[in-house]
Amino acid sequence: MSVMQPVVMMQGIVKRFGALVASDHVDLDILPNEIHALLGENGAGKTTLMKILYGLYQPDEGHIVIGGQPARLASPAAAIAHGIGFVSQHFSLVPTLTVAENIVLGYEGGALLDRAAMIASVTDTEQRYGFRVDPNALVRNLSVGQQQRVEILKALYRDCRVLILDEPTAVLTPQDAESLFETLRDLQQKHLSVIIITHKLEEVMAISQRVTVLRQGRVVGRVNTAETSPPQLANLMVGRNTVIVTRNLDHQISPEVALTVDGLRASDRRGVAALRGVTFHVHAGEVVGIAGVAGNGQSELVRILNGMQVPEGGSVVVSGKPVTLGDPRALSRARVGRIPEDRLKGVVGDLNVTHNLTLERIDDYTRAGHLDHKSMRETAERLIHEYQIKAKPYDLARTLSGGNMQKIILARTLSQRPVVVIAAQPTRGLDVGATEYVHQKLLEQKERGAGVLLISEDLDEIMILSDRILVIYEGAIVGEFSAANATVEAIGLLMAGSTARQQTVEALS
Amino acid sequence: MIDLDFIAALIGATLRISTPILLAGLGETIVERAGVLNLGIEGTMLLSAFTGFVAAQLSGSLYVGLLAAVVTGVLLSLLMGLLSVSLGLNQHVAGLGITLLASGLALFAFRLLYGGASTPPSLDDSFQQIPILTGTPLEPIFSQYGLTYLALLLVPIVAWMIRRTAFGLRLRAVGENPEAADMAGINVYRTRYVALILGGALMGLGGAFLSLAQLGAFSHGIVNGRGWVAIAIVIFGNWQPMKVLAGALLFGGLQALQLRLQAEGLDLPYEALLALPYILTIVALAIAGRNASYPAALLKPYRREG
Amino acid sequence: MLGFRLERAPAPLWLRGFIPILAILVTFVLVSVLILAAGANPLDTFYQLLILPLTKATSRAEILVKATPLLLTGVAVAFAFASGYYNIGAEGQLYAGATVAAFLGTQLEGVSPLLAIPVMILGGFIAGALWALPSAILKVRLGVDEVVTTLLLNSVMIFFASALLNGPWRDPISNWPQSPTIAASAQFPQLFARTRIHFGFVLAILAVAALWWVFARTRFGLDVRAAGLGSEAARFMGVRVGRVMLLAALISGGVAGVAGVSEVAGTQLHLIEGISPGYGYTAIIIATLGGLTAPGVALAALFLALVDVGILSASRELGIPTYLGEIIQAMLLLVTLALLLLNRYRLRRARA
Repeated sequence: MSVMQPVVMMQGIVKRFGALVASDHVDLDILPNEIHALLGENGAGKTTLMKILYGLYQPDEGHIVIGGQPARLASPAAAIAHGIGFVSQHFSLVPTLTVAENIVLGYEGGALLDRAAMIASVTDTEQRYGFRVDPNALVRNLSVGQQQRVEILKALYRDCRVLILDEPTAVLTPQDAESLFETLRDLQQKHLSVIIITHKLEEVMAISQRVTVLRQGRVVGRVNTAETSPPQLANLMVGRNTVIVTRNLDHQISPEVALTVDGLRASDRRGVAALRGVTFHVHAGEVVGIAGVAGNGQSELVRILNGMQVPEGGSVVVSGKPVTLGDPRALSRARVGRIPEDRLKGVVGDLNVTHNLTLERIDDYTRAGHLDHKSMRETAERLIHEYQIKAKPYDLARTLSGGNMQKIILARTLSQRPVVVIAAQPTRGLDVGATEYVHQKLLEQKERGAGVLLISEDLDEIMILSDRILVIYEGAIVGEFSAANATVEAIGLLMAGSTARQQTVEALS
Repeated sequence: MIDLDFIAALIGATLRISTPILLAGLGETIVERAGVLNLGIEGTMLLSAFTGFVAAQLSGSLYVGLLAAVVTGVLLSLLMGLLSVSLGLNQHVAGLGITLLASGLALFAFRLLYGGASTPPSLDDSFQQIPILTGTPLEPIFSQYGLTYLALLLVPIVAWMIRRTAFGLRLRAVGENPEAADMAGINVYRTRYVALILGGALMGLGGAFLSLAQLGAFSHGIVNGRGWVAIAIVIFGNWQPMKVLAGALLFGGLQALQLRLQAEGLDLPYEALLALPYILTIVALAIAGRNASYPAALLKPYRREG
Repeated sequence: MLGFRLERAPAPLWLRGFIPILAILVTFVLVSVLILAAGANPLDTFYQLLILPLTKATSRAEILVKATPLLLTGVAVAFAFASGYYNIGAEGQLYAGATVAAFLGTQLEGVSPLLAIPVMILGGFIAGALWALPSAILKVRLGVDEVVTTLLLNSVMIFFASALLNGPWRDPISNWPQSPTIAASAQFPQLFARTRIHFGFVLAILAVAALWWVFARTRFGLDVRAAGLGSEAARFMGVRVGRVMLLAALISGGVAGVAGVSEVAGTQLHLIEGISPGYGYTAIIIATLGGLTAPGVALAALFLALVDVGILSASRELGIPTYLGEIIQAMLLLVTLALLLLNRYRLRRARA
């Protein structure tokens, strides 16, 4: 392989953001027709490196050679001209435009939009690579999987020779991920090189020929996939052996029901039905995980349970008492601890740590309309210490890392000894250390006797923590597993929805 | 009292009064579709009306005046671009700042050049109305300034540009999702700047219409809130040129009606009719409410992180 | 997922103190061109603008007279902005207060000033708040952009005042569009002999002090800031964002209304067209320059009042059009914003 001329060479790439070195003298070469995995934890610098290759970031040092020629990539347009395609993690499509318009955008082939010619050339690209998406459909009406196809088509329409995919399976069911991999192998046959960013070892093993491992902005390993193993890769990636969170198997789940959700119905922001009668319960001392592909109603469920959205029907009962929905304060009073889906929506970045730790219980610090700054500060200092938050009481929250921001939310929430904890994507974007911390805290809550509802797109996380697993698909709970009989395959099938009914019956019987 | 002549004259006046608002409104539509709210419109119209007037007077050519007004509109829009697109400042404040600056400049220069003249200076020779269909009862309708015909012609042209040209596609993409446009290889900044330039040129024409055609003179209050009305009709018109035309005609019609009724000797507080379009816009906003189809990226500066 | 981010962080303190001075310098360099065009010497002009008014007791008093409506509207706008509500309507709210004051002032003949003046203030406050209400409700209930609606309501209010002045309130003797002079008992007392400084200045100082106190000490102030800095997160933590924003908008309108009362009862003694030469818009500049803080608003308002007074003598002595004052205000706003920006972005490593 080494005699082949690489299609892309990145040499000595350095990218600094202030004091942080996001890419530290990184070398990367991509060979023709290879699928190359870029492996690393969150924050290792994978996406930064690829954004440099796509012209979104300018490197501080180093150079890029494409097809044997030095290339200066000042913008995505320049990268596209050099045959680079990029499918970002959160797709970059214009929802109000059609599939065809999104695909030709910027490469319309003339000053006027010739709709017929546009659709013909999109259809031609589709046929060449064996894709099928309706070119006239509005992107906002497409499923996540279809949108991903449009993104790939967009890159192919621009004649890309190197296709970068950033965590492409994060939004897919295991089955859809497998079909994506088929597509990628097919593209490889058609002489494309593929770079796949991931932090999942199985994916590296399943799809790639070579893998480059990044840690803290540095390349810490480059191996042929055939000559490595998941444990070796894990070691390279994390730099230490991962501690597996262990569950206390003696723990007894209480027969008492902490949370009952009955017949919740809701629409998403576009008015499309998102929850179609969701019913379940969580016992005290139990972790219930909700697995599902993003966009199947999890966000609406979380928003309702956070008090941020009024459902169209259904009820929520906490320790036997119905709760007023659509009012965050009512949930707070009912001692529901809430960890929001997006932590930036649970923390006001421009307020300081003290305010963020006390605002939810501000009544306790108010005397006749005036704030008791002293006791606010004392609380903040106590929680900062207890939850090991790396910050001072008067630091602005936005200056904190994601992990420390999440700790603010945990400290604020869990110090109230909630009877129910709603944990939505609690470790999204966190590094291994912070993830372990969050997992440990959630298990502590369960052992203390709280009912924990875990909503996560990370199936591994659900499998590790849950006593019981529910699968959500198109706004309905379509299956239930106990921790003992859950398998990734069975859950994955339900997440895909295709054989929903049959699986449910089997799982429940 | 209400006969065909009356109605024809009313329609004619409506078209005339609508023209500056329509021109500016079309300009604002283009800019807002690209994701920029240009509150500099009021000051831009005033300064353009002024520079157009001065250039026409100095050169003796109305067309030089038009050119000067357009250049003024473009320059102020470039300033708006520098502040809101390149530097990413709050569009509200940047736009208001430009309106205050441009108004100050116009009135400052006006005072320097014309002193404290008690009667506003006027052009000896301003744009004349071009009658077509002369001799028919429709003559009062089709006896308009060239700029009015141009403004009406621009409505379908702008609509077509937004819907049917590559630039229009990019415009919409940049106004809805600039990140996606950037990733697709479009230069977001350049697209927004081009939109601002086109919009500024139209705002400049709107201002020039007032000083070079409709009034043939310049005075302090020549724009008198027409820029704000243009902002209102863009929202009222849901960012679609044809509906913006409807908004402009509604405004022009109410004002024409007020002038007519006053001429007929009917005494009613003309301020009420002047205020009506503003109130109607607010009512329209209230009805559209959350369903108003704002360009999704309106007011949001775009910048890459690195 | 990156371990760092481009973040907005305040510049170091010494630099924050330096930015306004730098902004003033840049602004004055830029307007020098205009001063030269007007045939005057820029240095002479700046002396007239910035130094001379401070050397004479009479003009020092005039600065405080000018500063009164600027302080009141500046506080009004800063408070609304802090809650995330962009109230561009202070101008209309001021006119609403002034109109009501002109009406009440004629009805309070013979009433003790101890009653008449509070009634005037309260009436103006309510009028301003009511004029702020439609936009605030549309914003909070339906999410309609308040910038546009408050801007439009400014014009509507000014049309309304103008209709009154050209109709029922037109002075029958002079035929001027000017309302009848308000009763003596409703007039604000002068604070010092031989100056025009009136009770409105006390109200302005109180407003600045209240702004400081609310943000520094009260729970409502924290609610307002939380709503303005991150409405979703604030709501998540139990702040009733809609209610807080509505209240902030109404209080803002009310304070702007009081500015109108102050102009009618303290300086003009009747309503005229153009009773505000755009104080409501200048207030946006003041609130922005002042960083939405009480001391900042006070300094910015006093500075702009100084320029306002100075421009009159510059105009008299050097023949420079007074519109230079407006140009300086606008330039100062834009230059300051641009300069603040250069120091506002900072990259920082996210702590692990």
